[in-house]
Amino acid sequence: MRYTKLQSVVLVILRITIGWHFLYEGGVKILNPHWTAKSYLLDSGGFMKGFFEFIAGSQTLLAISDTANAWGLAFIGLSLIVGLFTRFSSLAAMFLLLLYYLSHPAFPGIQYLFPSDGSYFLINKTLIELFALLVLYAFPTSNMFGLHRLMKNNNSFLA
Amino acid sequence: MAQENQENNSKKISRRDILAGLAALPIVGVIGYGLLRNKAEAEKRNSSLLSDIKPEIQSGIPPLIEGKTLKIGIIGTGGRGGYLMKAMGFVNPDKIDEYTEKGKTDKYWVQYLEDFRAQDNLNIKITAICDVFDKNAEKAITAGANVHRNGKGGNMDDAPKRFTTYKELIASPDVDAVVIATPDHWHVPIALEAARNGKHVYCEKPLSWSVAETYEIRKTVKETGIVFQLGHQGRQTESYNVARSLIKQDVIGKISLIEVCTNRNDPNGAWVYEIAKEANEKTIDWKQFIGQAPWHDFSLERFFRWRCWWDYSTGLSGDLFTHEFDALNQILNLGIPNSAMASGGIYFFKDGRTVPDVLNMAMEYADRDLTLLYSATLASEKNRGKVIMGHDAYLELSDTLIVSVDPQSTRYKEKLKQGIVEPFKPIYSYVPGQGAVDAITSPTEKYFAGRGLLYTYRDGKAVDTTHLHLREWINCIRAGNGAQPSCNIDQAFEEAMTAHMGTISYKEGRRTYWDKEKEVIV
Ligand SMILES: NC(=O)c1ccc[n+]([C@@H]2O[C@H](COP(=O)([O-])OP(=O)(O)OC[C@H]3O[C@@H](n4cnc5c(N)ncnc54)[C@H](O)[C@@H]3O)[C@@H](O)[C@H]2O)c1
Repeated sequence: MRYTKLQSVVLVILRITIGWHFLYEGGVKILNPHWTAKSYLLDSGGFMKGFFEFIAGSQTLLAISDTANAWGLAFIGLSLIVGLFTRFSSLAAMFLLLLYYLSHPAFPGIQYLFPSDGSYFLINKTLIELFALLVLYAFPTSNMFGLHRLMKNNNSFLA
Repeated sequence: MAQENQENNSKKISRRDILAGLAALPIVGVIGYGLLRNKAEAEKRNSSLLSDIKPEIQSGIPPLIEGKTLKIGIIGTGGRGGYLMKAMGFVNPDKIDEYTEKGKTDKYWVQYLEDFRAQDNLNIKITAICDVFDKNAEKAITAGANVHRNGKGGNMDDAPKRFTTYKELIASPDVDAVVIATPDHWHVPIALEAARNGKHVYCEKPLSWSVAETYEIRKTVKETGIVFQLGHQGRQTESYNVARSLIKQDVIGKISLIEVCTNRNDPNGAWVYEIAKEANEKTIDWKQFIGQAPWHDFSLERFFRWRCWWDYSTGLSGDLFTHEFDALNQILNLGIPNSAMASGGIYFFKDGRTVPDVLNMAMEYADRDLTLLYSATLASEKNRGKVIMGHDAYLELSDTLIVSVDPQSTRYKEKLKQGIVEPFKPIYSYVPGQGAVDAITSPTEKYFAGRGLLYTYRDGKAVDTTHLHLREWINCIRAGNGAQPSCNIDQAFEEAMTAHMGTISYKEGRRTYWDKEKEVIV
């Protein structure tokens, strides 16, 4: 299957904008030594609330999750932008987004301290970004546009 | 797709490939630029806000002074008396079992019990108990014996002795110091008796029920030299001390108005407490409950809900305003106001009470050029917080502390103009246990700080302020060098007189004044 020109351009734009979002979010967190997800985690809701509060309550777990989160975001973002390991990073990104969603699910009846920027029922922007990543996973573009194209042994691991 | 891969593999790398392969790299550069800009701005804000202030933050819990085991007597072992015993390390075994049971479904109680067990042993022994209601006395006796903080069936030590009158308790050689947690009209008579017998006193707030006795207790405590602590545990609240140091450094500018409030909206909050089924004329020494109050026939309502009648109570002013006042007196050394004006009424709880359920008081500090405003209702929970309003910023206080900038500030004029600070937005926050004052930069932090919710979690090691307050008192007793704790008799005198000025103003429907020279309310 070959994409039409329009299809490729659209897919590459999607890949780079999502990558941009991830890299910037990760970068800001890495560069701010005081950043922590603690208050966000404490504000969790839904059936996984206890789990996220447990992480927030433990110094060690919180430190691990903060570091993994910040660097995870940055690497995923970088990978999507430069077009290397994009299938793997799409999966990792979906996993992170799933955690964000589960900590603040858009379930009816849950009130969060941190106000939401719109009105959502089950589906919110986190989930939409997650599905957009699924599109990237299903329609890879790094072998057309990205470092992957330059790799001699063009195997799917690098895709 | 496999086909495409094969095609790519077979090709040599062309110029086109290189372009398409590297075209995205400049985007990384753009984001890098964005990140550095963001960091530089955050640093600019942080350093310019925090560079010129040095908040004083107490580090850790003051160590216990060593010495012999203190023998303590508790007089009045109702709700507060029970709590004070817990803060000293003594809880009824039944209660321990209750915490354990509740912990099975609610983790909060697991932590609660853990915190209690982790609380330092103050090296004291509860040797004596006095309460006029049998049930409360008996509960305190079993709690006093529970030295090892066990549940039922656990190992217990000697039970404290029950005395039927406070005078006998105070006279006992087995008592070095007393904790007084009776209704308000009994505070001074008992404290006087203790001081005259050389026993140290921890007395619950408010200091006094009448104006006259306030002078007497101050005089006696000073003459006898006993160690005296009034039970405003707010003295130990870290955020108050931090507020004090920030204000000293002129972070909020000239203060003109302070607003404090009480907002409650349930029968318990309005002092309509439950009446114990064990209570009757046989189990309660009614005559001793009455004491210096005007005689009234036996009444369970009056015994359990004594705060509703002036006969035993000091009303909203003495019961609840005093906590607010003492916090501010600690932060600002306010002292007694020049004048007080109060109004209010019994607007919601028309249950035969004589004390108002709505009270508003304006206290003027002419020499400080500021007004202290207290506003209370027992029929709405809309909390208005504790706010100290300065020309440059306002400081809001609870367990946490938040300073927000006034748009018309002189001090922050330049920073406002440069966009380093935003009007009405928090610039400093302090959260107990965090150990540092933070300049607030990110929108998330601003949001949480603005709601006083940053880290308000039961975070493992929350220490009970009442424990710290008692500990300070005990340390002073052991030090034996004449040092008095933070809420000493002078602070207590100011607290009581200020509360009385408001109450008299309310009762007489006029403005009351404090004559500083003669130290009288006119
Ligand atoms: N610092 C605080 O945060 C705080 C909190 C609650 C209460 N308090 C203060 O504690 C005091 C007690 O309040 P409470 O809520 O425990 O009331 P309460 O009615 O629950 O307890 C008072 C106890 O004193 C006993 N008593 C009455 N007269 C006595 C006497 N002559 N001798 C011995 N015992 C006597 C009663 O039988 C009762 O057990 C009040 O002055 C109140 O202002 C302070």
